[in-house]
Amino acid sequence: MAFISSGYNPEKPMENRITDIGPRHYEEFYPEVIKKNKGKWSHHEILEPGVMVHVGESGDEVYTVRVGGARLMSTSLINEICDIADKHCDGHVRFTTRNNIEFMVDSKDKVEPLKNDLNTRKFAGGSYKFPVGGTGAGITNIVHTQGWIHCHTPATDGSGTVKAAMDVLFDDFQKMRLPAQLRVSMACCLNMCGAVHCSDIAILGYHRKPPMIDHEYLDRLCEIPLAIASCPTAAIKPTKVTLEDGKEVKSVEIKNERCMFCGNCYTMCPSLPLADTQGDGIVLMAGGKVSNRISDPKFSKVVVAFLPNEMPRWPSMTDAIMKMVNAYVQGANKYERLGDWADRIGWEKFFEVCELDFTHHLIDDFRQQAYMSWRQSTQFKF
Amino acid sequence: MAKHETPLLDQLESGPWPSFVSDLKHQAEIRAKNEEGVEFQIPQDSVEDLLGVLELSYKHGRTHWKHGGIVGVFGYGGGVIGRYCDQPKLFPGVEHFHTMRVAQPCGKYYKTDFLRQLTKLWDLRGSGVTNMHGSTGDIILLGTTTPQLEEIFYTLTHEMNQDLGGSGSNLRTPADCLGESRCEYACYDSNALCHFLTNEFQDELHRPAFPYKFKFKLDACPNGCVASIARADMSFIGTWRDGIKVDQDAVNKYVENDPAYPPNAGAHKDGNWGPFDIEKEVLSLCPTKCMKFENKTLKIDNANCTRCMHCINTMPRALKIGDDRGLSILVGAKAPILDGAQMGSLLAPFVEVNPENDYEAITEVIENVWDWWMEEGKNRERLGELIMRQGFQKLLEVTGIDPMPQHVAYPRTNPYIFWKEDEVEGGWERDVAEYRKHHLR
Repeated sequence: MAFISSGYNPEKPMENRITDIGPRHYEEFYPEVIKKNKGKWSHHEILEPGVMVHVGESGDEVYTVRVGGARLMSTSLINEICDIADKHCDGHVRFTTRNNIEFMVDSKDKVEPLKNDLNTRKFAGGSYKFPVGGTGAGITNIVHTQGWIHCHTPATDGSGTVKAAMDVLFDDFQKMRLPAQLRVSMACCLNMCGAVHCSDIAILGYHRKPPMIDHEYLDRLCEIPLAIASCPTAAIKPTKVTLEDGKEVKSVEIKNERCMFCGNCYTMCPSLPLADTQGDGIVLMAGGKVSNRISDPKFSKVVVAFLPNEMPRWPSMTDAIMKMVNAYVQGANKYERLGDWADRIGWEKFFEVCELDFTHHLIDDFRQQAYMSWRQSTQFKF
Repeated sequence: MAKHETPLLDQLESGPWPSFVSDLKHQAEIRAKNEEGVEFQIPQDSVEDLLGVLELSYKHGRTHWKHGGIVGVFGYGGGVIGRYCDQPKLFPGVEHFHTMRVAQPCGKYYKTDFLRQLTKLWDLRGSGVTNMHGSTGDIILLGTTTPQLEEIFYTLTHEMNQDLGGSGSNLRTPADCLGESRCEYACYDSNALCHFLTNEFQDELHRPAFPYKFKFKLDACPNGCVASIARADMSFIGTWRDGIKVDQDAVNKYVENDPAYPPNAGAHKDGNWGPFDIEKEVLSLCPTKCMKFENKTLKIDNANCTRCMHCINTMPRALKIGDDRGLSILVGAKAPILDGAQMGSLLAPFVEVNPENDYEAITEVIENVWDWWMEEGKNRERLGELIMRQGFQKLLEVTGIDPMPQHVAYPRTNPYIFWKEDEVEGGWERDVAEYRKHHLR
């Protein structure tokens, strides 16, 4: 393949260079009905799972059909989204924060043809390309991180765990039978590129073995002081090591019992890899939320300390998630988020009704904030 | 015939949820056939090798990507993340497989001509694999080689009027909810403010000058659809100061279970919850119990309302946000790395949102916070951690914001107040000899 120039001249990189222009202006992309009614919307209604109408003070209506999608997406699929948007929506489409795709039309009679079109499109393997749903008191798309498809620090995969989870949760993507919305999020390591620490249910990749030390290369590849400074528990200190050939090199020493497996040192120093087949797996957290509705936003709590990576469908993980969802559906009141329900019945009951084991790992021992989570009361349930 | 056997990944093709494996396989076939006659600038079989290396990770339970090297476009310190495969002999098509972040339009609305331009560019110069979108909000282009970076940037800026997003110790691409564009709860125009801040701080976004990453996220109401309170160093959450507007006729339609007035805008339609009960579903769930419904009239004691949105969400045709609108600024949220997760803490309870003066009330807070963090923040210290280390009082001092009870959930439970000398009458210099005249040793 011959190199094709864009017009860029590597000899003169500053020639005609355009920088600091930011993204395209949002108004260029608004559908007409959005442009016309912006800031003047009266109300909305979810007509059925995945289909909403927003009504303007003007009486104008915009109908939105929301579909789920894998956030890992090929250009051919994006082109197909464009075909659908051209056919039904005057060439407009939008994506949501949770990786859903929204097709908007300006009258009710355009909704059914759009929905039918979306529902009939399937991948060769049989899965939906554009499943309609993800609204109201149900489970919407999972926000997630890269995982093994493109990252150097993951303890599990992103796309695969999400596919496995959404397959078992699919009925609730297309229904609105839950007490409130239930947000599931996934981050493939503690760095949490996708912050999952305030989700109703969070899937988190976690390492459990301290880094290996590649002494032979460490001083050549890493800034040792940076690696030492990166450790939140001060487990790393400088040392000198004699290699097998008798050569003495500068390296580091790790106090393994202080390691919390965050991988922060590996981010600073590639000679400290910690990925491991047996060591790596999944932590499940639950009961967080970001909305200010009724109760304050809150952090998710660790409810399963570890599950092994079981490729390709992580059955122990999906079982534990289904147990939580089923117990929540059985026990929570209308409008009650998972964390509010757990707070109301007490976490001791949460473990009982979700049939999850409580182990010593779930008692916080990380710094001062640990104390806040211990029970300082005689009020508890047997 | 696929280049690599993928028996584990193949099991992710079944089931109803869109299969990324099916999508990638389809993409690999399209590249192999190349009916469009694209002169691929990176290996044609890169998607097949991507599937191959992912299958290997499924077999090993470990990633096969190495650390990023320092790659980028001239003059920018962010927007490109270097990525290399650790099995280049087995998967040469993804040996160099860098990520580019492209700044998303606010509200994530698109026209298809733009998306088609982007897919054409990415088919020519990259793998054709993307994330729509990444966690921070950018369009993510996954997989290209170093020589293509400047070419892609040139086409983006010259032909598409489009810039890269942020990465590294920069301002990350700000992200917003759709706001006033399609939501009656929006207390300000989040698309407009997000676009303004993104453009106003292009230098901070492209050229790393910060101790660590910094995120702006904009939620136009307290429902928080972009989760700003949990994940933004500075979150802008819409609010109002006057009363909730009540349409009493519409309230009664809800009470009468009029089918045109479904509670919570119809969000519970598939549950067996029985008829709507305003007492049980609204009044008793109000966190401050500031509402009464008597004689077919809903009364709200607005002075005691904390604007949690529950009643408005539940009866959207009857209750509307107030008219004296602005936003609250919360600071310091972050995921657990390093010292544990932090939620955003309220810094400015009400700030005017005024595009006429370039949002000066907002940029003033931003600049004061940045001056302090850039001066005092340690390498890789997020704003929330600096606030923990130097104290919330210090944050108020540097931003010139007066302390008020709204800043705390409750006052401190220890009396260890670090009084400053100038706060104590007479200062700290005293004469011990004078003291001893009255207090014998």
